[in-house]
Amino acid sequence: MTTVFDEKIHSTLGDSRLQLAIYKATGRLMENRKKVVADDVLPDYQELRQQAHEIKRHAINHLDYYLEEFERNVQARGGVVHWCRDGQEVADVVLSIAKRRKTGTIIKSKSMATEEIELNERLEHHGLESVESDLGEYILQLNHEKPYHIVAPALHLTRYDVADIFTKHLGLEREVVIEKQTKIARNIMRDKFLEAGIGISGANFLVADSGAVVLVENEGNARLSTTAPKVHIAVAGIEKIIPRAQDLATMLKVLGRSATGQPLTVYTSFLSSVRRENEVDGPEEFHVILLDNGRTKVLANESKRESLFCIRCGACLNHCPVYRKIGGHSFPWVYSGPIGAIITPQFHGVENQPKLAFASSLCGACGEVCPVKIDIPKVLLELRADAKEKEKEVASNQLERAAFQVFAYIASRPKLWRRLTGLAGTFNPMGKQANGMAKVPGFMKLGPLQEWLSERDLAPVAPKSFRTMWKERKG
Amino acid sequence: MAKRVTIFVTCIVDQLFPNAGMAMASVLEQLGYEVDFPEAQTCCGQPAFNTGYRDEARTVALHTMKVLKGAEYVIVPSGSCTSMISHHYHDLFPKDSPEYHEAEELSHRVYEFSKFLTDVAKVEDFGANYDGVVTFHDACHGLRDLKVKDGPRRMLANVKGLELREHDTCEECCGFGGTFSVKFAELSGHMVRTKLDSIVRSGADTVAAVDCSCLMQIQGAISRAGLPIKTKHLAEILASR
Amino acid sequence: MTSREAMLKEIRTSLKRETGTPPPPPPPVRLVIPKVDRAAKVDSLLSKVAALAGKTLHASSMAEAREYVAGVIAGKSAVASNEPFLKEAGISTLPGVQCGFTEEAALREACAVTDFGISSATYALADTGSLVMISSLNEARLVSLLPPVHIAIVPAERILSGLDELYMLVPKPSDISSSMVLITGPSRTADIEQLLVRGVHGPGEIHVVVVD
Repeated sequence: MTTVFDEKIHSTLGDSRLQLAIYKATGRLMENRKKVVADDVLPDYQELRQQAHEIKRHAINHLDYYLEEFERNVQARGGVVHWCRDGQEVADVVLSIAKRRKTGTIIKSKSMATEEIELNERLEHHGLESVESDLGEYILQLNHEKPYHIVAPALHLTRYDVADIFTKHLGLEREVVIEKQTKIARNIMRDKFLEAGIGISGANFLVADSGAVVLVENEGNARLSTTAPKVHIAVAGIEKIIPRAQDLATMLKVLGRSATGQPLTVYTSFLSSVRRENEVDGPEEFHVILLDNGRTKVLANESKRESLFCIRCGACLNHCPVYRKIGGHSFPWVYSGPIGAIITPQFHGVENQPKLAFASSLCGACGEVCPVKIDIPKVLLELRADAKEKEKEVASNQLERAAFQVFAYIASRPKLWRRLTGLAGTFNPMGKQANGMAKVPGFMKLGPLQEWLSERDLAPVAPKSFRTMWKERKG
Repeated sequence: MAKRVTIFVTCIVDQLFPNAGMAMASVLEQLGYEVDFPEAQTCCGQPAFNTGYRDEARTVALHTMKVLKGAEYVIVPSGSCTSMISHHYHDLFPKDSPEYHEAEELSHRVYEFSKFLTDVAKVEDFGANYDGVVTFHDACHGLRDLKVKDGPRRMLANVKGLELREHDTCEECCGFGGTFSVKFAELSGHMVRTKLDSIVRSGADTVAAVDCSCLMQIQGAISRAGLPIKTKHLAEILASR
Repeated sequence: MTSREAMLKEIRTSLKRETGTPPPPPPPVRLVIPKVDRAAKVDSLLSKVAALAGKTLHASSMAEAREYVAGVIAGKSAVASNEPFLKEAGISTLPGVQCGFTEEAALREACAVTDFGISSATYALADTGSLVMISSLNEARLVSLLPPVHIAIVPAERILSGLDELYMLVPKPSDISSSMVLITGPSRTADIEQLLVRGVHGPGEIHVVVVD
């Protein structure tokens, strides 16, 4: 059955401009990472990955404890922690703050959690103006698009696309020079930063022992969003927690390197409260929204729980040969690539995304580069097993199941296996092409064989199997 | 007395690429090993496992574990089938069940062919001759699960008449992925053609690998493109005279 | 049940944990602090900043630093932070420089239109070329953020080897300030076609002056 997913894959594969854009951009990100994790540059890289893994494992396995510790520490310095089960609850919190502060303009910095719950749309629905300040996110917001990549949201757009978007939505004269396009966005944002009553950020980390939100960025928009407005609201998935500020020495070293190949991004902000008495500037209100939106469900399975270790560096996308072909928008949710393929079915139910975990050749490149060592291929395999269990429950895909049952029956009965595989060599209905590859008769071009032949030729069944050759040689 | 090794040739090699299996056996015999091929072997069960059919995979795994019981060294001409046995069999059984421990124990006895040569036999020159320009494709499971990387290259470099030339995407997947290749055929086709472009750029006339399933995919694309490039299992080159 | 209670309950059920059970100790903190002498730290800091397209000077005295700043800002306007040594060195009193802001509104207004922001830094990190800005009465956040150019004057003894040493000295930044920001090079983006453009929202130009 052809799904929306299949159709998007097909259209992306057929778009040669897009293919080149994705391949080049991800290729560059791969190169950048490789340079900064090389043995001679960072000899303890593998130890850092292991440490990062253990920190996240410990934090996630004791999540309730660290969330409560985080909350106590935020409250102790006058901040407010809100617990929200879904996007609606987040919107309600923001709306009530906006109402109390009598402000209609919100400036946002990049956050996957807010993308996930479509916060901008929810707020706009209530008449608030919520503006993305990250350059890439701003372009996407103007054009009503979802991020194409976790760290490079507008990876699929060229300067000419951006020129079109600015002309169409801002009514500006066509500008194709990237530096000037950047300047346009800067000038628009300057006013927004200074007029907005509320700044909303995400969080790269929530630090339990400090009650702090850590933000990692390059443009300075997150700093501005959290410094200029009177109210700072951070929206964070509950899995962002780490126990101690000192753990950042490990986490920051692997995050920037994995994401963009930077030992540290341009700005790393560690924010723990409103402006204090002995400080000149900073917000008057500090709120942290702890978002569930399906995360607590993912916790239940001990090995799939690893999916929540993710620090959203995007390295698995860049290194994934599938992502590099099908891009970000083929994926059904805002999270794309290998991490999207493992978290989407867990958040939305495997029965609602039955194909996603199968869209992988299981090459393992994602797991190899994951800075927190999530065994992504293993989780994919488990999700495949879950998908087959669900299919069994509702009696779908019966033909495939029957085929594998027959396979298992035969493959565990050596005599039968020998007899049947022997027949394949003797009564092979396939002929041979001039180059020795199989010539498949029309009546056989069905199902998997047809799919195989749609893209490549088939090696012929050998006239003599290994088994036969071995027997003959041994005499 | 000659040391005994057991070969598990895999279903693909048995049916489609028997020469790779024979070449592996002859290289091992050349080193003085007595090669045993247990007749009862079938398939490692990976197709079922990777497609999510755990019960079916378990049935086949139990059979293979029985067949390989007692073998001191099990040698497999495939990185992914080796990895299925050494890295995934135990996941099919409840932790601390007898089968779990049996699978764990087996995992230490199973070797991908080139890994056996580098780590156990410790021989990398077989006096082989091969006239051609060869590029080596790092099959994913061999590379990432089993850390097969430099060994085959050193062995190829020792082959007389052979020029080893890297292709720039040597560590990138060929797009096979078992049932992935037919469930997402168009995507798989794009992946193998990217691989093929890189192989063509390298100027090699032969692609070598330690996995016949990758070679089947690459060979299929080569044939469809009408290119004069051969595919060879590493063992076939090491056994050439 | 509030959302808080519902979420905590679900987390505990999933993790099979009882309310209030403390966790075992977390993995030991990993801080590895290399021994690096001051000259090497200065060299490393300045070369990393330069590699990020920052401008650098290793000054032997505050007077030299002041001359440098005077040359850079000549004829233009600047806002300086309240760091005492900037005043003592005569940097905050250079022509065109405003300083002494203690009210946020006034500071913001000045920073929004000025050409340069001049600050110190609490620390600097040698191995990444970063400035560590801990917010205080002496160092406002906006000085290093709103102006298009940021000039930082860093006494050499404030240079640390890297992140690990910083987190050793400041195990909980929240104990001393609402905000600690690491600045590593000028503001930049690569959001359009991966082309590097400096100065998106933060300063597009950065000067780091190390003073012995």
